[in-house]
Amino acid sequence: MHHLEVDGLTATYDGKILVLDGVSIQVGKGEIVSVIGPSGSGKSTLLRVIMGLLKPKAGHVKLDGDEVDYGNKKSVKALRDRFSIVFQQFNLFQNMDALRNVTIAPVKIRKRDAQKVEKEAIELLGKVGLGDKLHSYPDELSGGQQQRVAIARALALRPEILLLDEVTSALDPELVNEVLDAIRILAKDGMTMMIVSHEMGFVREISTEVIMMDEGKVIEVGSAEQIFDNPQTSRCQDFVGKILRH
Amino acid sequence: MYEGFLDIFDVFLEQSAEFYVWDNAVYLFRAMMTTLTMTIIGCGLGFIFGMIVVYFRRTPGLMFWPVRMTVIFYVETFRRVPFLVLLFLVMFTVKGFGLDFSLFTIACISIVIISTAFIGEIIRAGLDSVHQTQWDTADAMNFSRLQTLRHVILPQAWKVVLPPAFAFFVMFIKDTALTSQVGVLELTQAGKYYNNLGYSAILSFGTVLVLYFILSYPMTRLGWWMEARLHTRRRDERAEFEVGATAYELRGT
Ligand SMILES: Nc1ncnc2c1ncn2[C@@H]1O[C@H](COP(=O)(O)OP(=O)(O)OP(=O)(O)O)[C@@H](O)[C@H]1O
Ligand SMILES: [Mg+2]
Repeated sequence: MHHLEVDGLTATYDGKILVLDGVSIQVGKGEIVSVIGPSGSGKSTLLRVIMGLLKPKAGHVKLDGDEVDYGNKKSVKALRDRFSIVFQQFNLFQNMDALRNVTIAPVKIRKRDAQKVEKEAIELLGKVGLGDKLHSYPDELSGGQQQRVAIARALALRPEILLLDEVTSALDPELVNEVLDAIRILAKDGMTMMIVSHEMGFVREISTEVIMMDEGKVIEVGSAEQIFDNPQTSRCQDFVGKILRH
Repeated sequence: MYEGFLDIFDVFLEQSAEFYVWDNAVYLFRAMMTTLTMTIIGCGLGFIFGMIVVYFRRTPGLMFWPVRMTVIFYVETFRRVPFLVLLFLVMFTVKGFGLDFSLFTIACISIVIISTAFIGEIIRAGLDSVHQTQWDTADAMNFSRLQTLRHVILPQAWKVVLPPAFAFFVMFIKDTALTSQVGVLELTQAGKYYNNLGYSAILSFGTVLVLYFILSYPMTRLGWWMEARLHTRRRDERAEFEVGATAYELRGT
């Protein structure tokens, strides 16, 4: 039994084009599964569907063997209590400063103790290098800073499973390492993660398994070594060849 | 022609002395307050109902389809009905049901019906101005619909909603003049009253004009002030938070 099991997931935005076309993925506890693939291949959509933000057309998602019923509010709520997602576009709440972005859900939704949450949030923001930006609003922060607030916000929810959508895409090279270090620490602590990333070196280093997607389909699944050094499909060879040369 | 003007001026001055007396001032003040209160009650309730109407319009699900359609029909209809027509409609409907409502109540009901439609539309546009991703993000963290509205959407929509909503309110102050057509004793009706008593039109309606200005201009200023406050509010909130954080840090040491 897998911690998270995605089986034959199909999804569409307009009812016609299948943005996800029968995607199956298994993630064990403490594993880190990376999803790679060209732009528009459906990586972000996959995370959205898992979070219940877009209803799947077919297929199912199981958590510790229990199927999630995306038509049922309770079931989706239960799933969302165990997951955190960091969006590709960060999606910070524009009307709140960094600190409040991090504290609002734990305090108002999870009803945890406000002072403890605030203390933890200040620590988290400090860890991602934003100890001096606690009271800055999203429109006063750079893309990379917003991204790090989003990471802190996701962690403040104490998720069992973390979904990261290209969390280094808006960072400059120095910061990439800071954020990747933070993720490495999470990995060491045994956090289960699904990571969409273009940082091939990082993906190779950290992933238990790598999944290559294209046009809504899983093209190839394997260890990082297999995917990067010895891809089996020509589509995967093509893609990996391109990004490694890049 | 020239003499005509002089005559008017002559009459104006001559009548002024007996027009601007305490009793008339009281009478006009009452009429002015009637104008103001029916606008406030009408638009105030319109704001509350507008929010409710928008909430239903945005409730998803097949079950709410008839509700959504009703709301859309309501908004689209009553934004197109002339106020005077609605006023007569409400008056005769109320009478048709054998109810004995005061003219003031009938005026208020009419204003609520129209302002709900208009302000509802303003609120809807304000909510739409907040990006869908804000909803998604809140959803992913298990915010309920009301929690998302309260903590995330309304604080952002507010800035977009307030200026046009307030402008609508100020505009409506003068539209309530139409209620004089059914006999509500408000400012315009007061003007007619004095005119019928034999005071010159310049005197009676000129005074009414000035009183409309006195009502509406401070309201416009109030709107500007609130708008400006909304933009600086952020700084206050941050300051408050800073105090909180500092207090916390002190406790920590
Ligand atoms: N909200 C939406 N409405 C309609 N179509 C969408 C929406 N979001 C994404 N799509 C489409 O779905 C497809 C997959 O998009 P998705 O964002 O999942 O790709 P991705 O693999 O994350 O790409 P990238 O690497 O550029 O982030 C694309 O063709 C995109 O145009
Ligand atoms: Mg994406």
